[in-house]
Amino acid sequence: MSAVRDDLAFVNRQSFIELHARERAIALFDSGTARELLGPFDRVESPWLPLQGVTPQADDGCVVMKGKISGRAAVVVALEGAFQGGSLGEVSGAKLTAALDLARADGEKGKPTAAVMLLETGGVRLQEANLGLAAIAEIMAAILSLRRYAPVISVVAGTVGCFGGMSLAAGLSSYIVMTREARLGLNGPEVIEQESGIEEFDSSDRRLIWAINGGEQRYAMGLADALVDDDTGQVGKTIRQLIEKGVPREHRSARVAFYRERIQSLDATRQLDPNELRASWRTGDATEPGK
Amino acid sequence: MSEYTGIRGKAWFRALTGQDSPMAGDPRSVLTADAPIGDGRARFLCVVPDPQGRFPCARHGEVGLEEAYALATRVREVIEPDRNSVKRAIIAIVDVKSQAYGRREETAAIFLAAAAAADAYGSARLAGHPIITLVVGHAISGGFLTHGYQANRILAFDDDGVMIHAMHKEAAARITRRSVESLEKLGKAIAPLSYDVRDFAKLGLLHELLHVEDPDHPADETTARVRRALAAAIEDARRGPVDLSNRLQSPEARETRQASIRTRALLESQWREKV
Repeated sequence: MSAVRDDLAFVNRQSFIELHARERAIALFDSGTARELLGPFDRVESPWLPLQGVTPQADDGCVVMKGKISGRAAVVVALEGAFQGGSLGEVSGAKLTAALDLARADGEKGKPTAAVMLLETGGVRLQEANLGLAAIAEIMAAILSLRRYAPVISVVAGTVGCFGGMSLAAGLSSYIVMTREARLGLNGPEVIEQESGIEEFDSSDRRLIWAINGGEQRYAMGLADALVDDDTGQVGKTIRQLIEKGVPREHRSARVAFYRERIQSLDATRQLDPNELRASWRTGDATEPGK
Repeated sequence: MSEYTGIRGKAWFRALTGQDSPMAGDPRSVLTADAPIGDGRARFLCVVPDPQGRFPCARHGEVGLEEAYALATRVREVIEPDRNSVKRAIIAIVDVKSQAYGRREETAAIFLAAAAAADAYGSARLAGHPIITLVVGHAISGGFLTHGYQANRILAFDDDGVMIHAMHKEAAARITRRSVESLEKLGKAIAPLSYDVRDFAKLGLLHELLHVEDPDHPADETTARVRRALAAAIEDARRGPVDLSNRLQSPEARETRQASIRTRALLESQWREKV
């Protein structure tokens, strides 16, 4: 492809990250097939935020859409990073869990329904604390149950990243898709600095953060299945391909002996060099499609 | 508060199994034993502190990389042998500080390690193994998601030393810019924020709140009572579905988690609508 055409592609591409949750969700479906469930007009809001002087949002920052992707039944759940950092509260958590459970129920009845989670989230919403954590445990259970019938795809695209308990939800997914702008990890850099000290993690060191949590690193280490540009067309195409691949023969989170051996062979007496680790983990972790 | 969490966990692991050493090849911070319970046998698992552990940020009772993969290994290894027989119960004794907060952990993808442990527990539950969690001390955040929160039935001691929460008190106070005292006061009014296990019980997620005398030093009589509660929970789990639907069915859940119940019902009716 010539440089001129590359430029043209760059100019014509539509940023996925800049879209709101609703627009991101709808962009993934076959044209005209998407239907939003429990949308803002249903006004199912957090009962806990007003008690603490926080204005709730009519969709609780969680958009659920059902329709077809690549001609197959699918549900997309998009978390809105702009509302409470995409955090999971009781209602947003129940929406995500219910969507996954209903997709599983359809799968049990012979109608496999894939799920796509657009994760822009710091994890548990602190104002709903224990109900947020409980919701994440239930989301994880629902993913495990659904992924026997249809693939569950996690997309981490935007600058909020995917942290906290929801990183475990990503870890349980059949496939993970990331952009270079996205980060994925259990503990954010600020949390580590706070808990273990600045000598453990300097959260102002942007280079270090992306070297560890960034999409390029996670993909290169075999921990994400696709690295995409911030381009709505490319994200959509990747998701269609993964849905067509179907359920992987073995999920990454079930490859216990493989990853345990990798942890055992680490030299834990010093900090790990992300580049060295990338080189040694790179091979042998392609998630194989089923059949 | 002690620098280490898991001392009480170890005491209960020893009381219930008569053992206190790790299985061959496991880190010293993960205890696994098969022991009789009720009419059968169960696999007991517990995470304990190891001041000499390989990973500096996982020495005080946190669930780190090694702990998560050891748990995943030990849980998974009961699934295959029991495929065509009675499914052994799996009992998670929980007294965990949190997940490990370290740079090594993030670099080597602790999110996947934690997912692998939760996957093992959840997969065993889906295969029909009763998974019973006994919270004897702390069950905090990612530590609990990794070890215990995928159980069919959760039991906890009715004791001030028990804390089940999304974030430990000091960090939550810092982040929400409240004092620890005002956070505790807020928890009295708003159940999901509370650090008191009796308020946690109001969320309807617990199968049973067990009152025990002197939980730091399990006496024979108390241990026998805890055994009976565990055996009853195993039988109860065997009679129920393999999913977590019971967490929304208790009288407490119907009260406190109304929004969850309503959300699920509305979403289901809209899901089924013909368009």
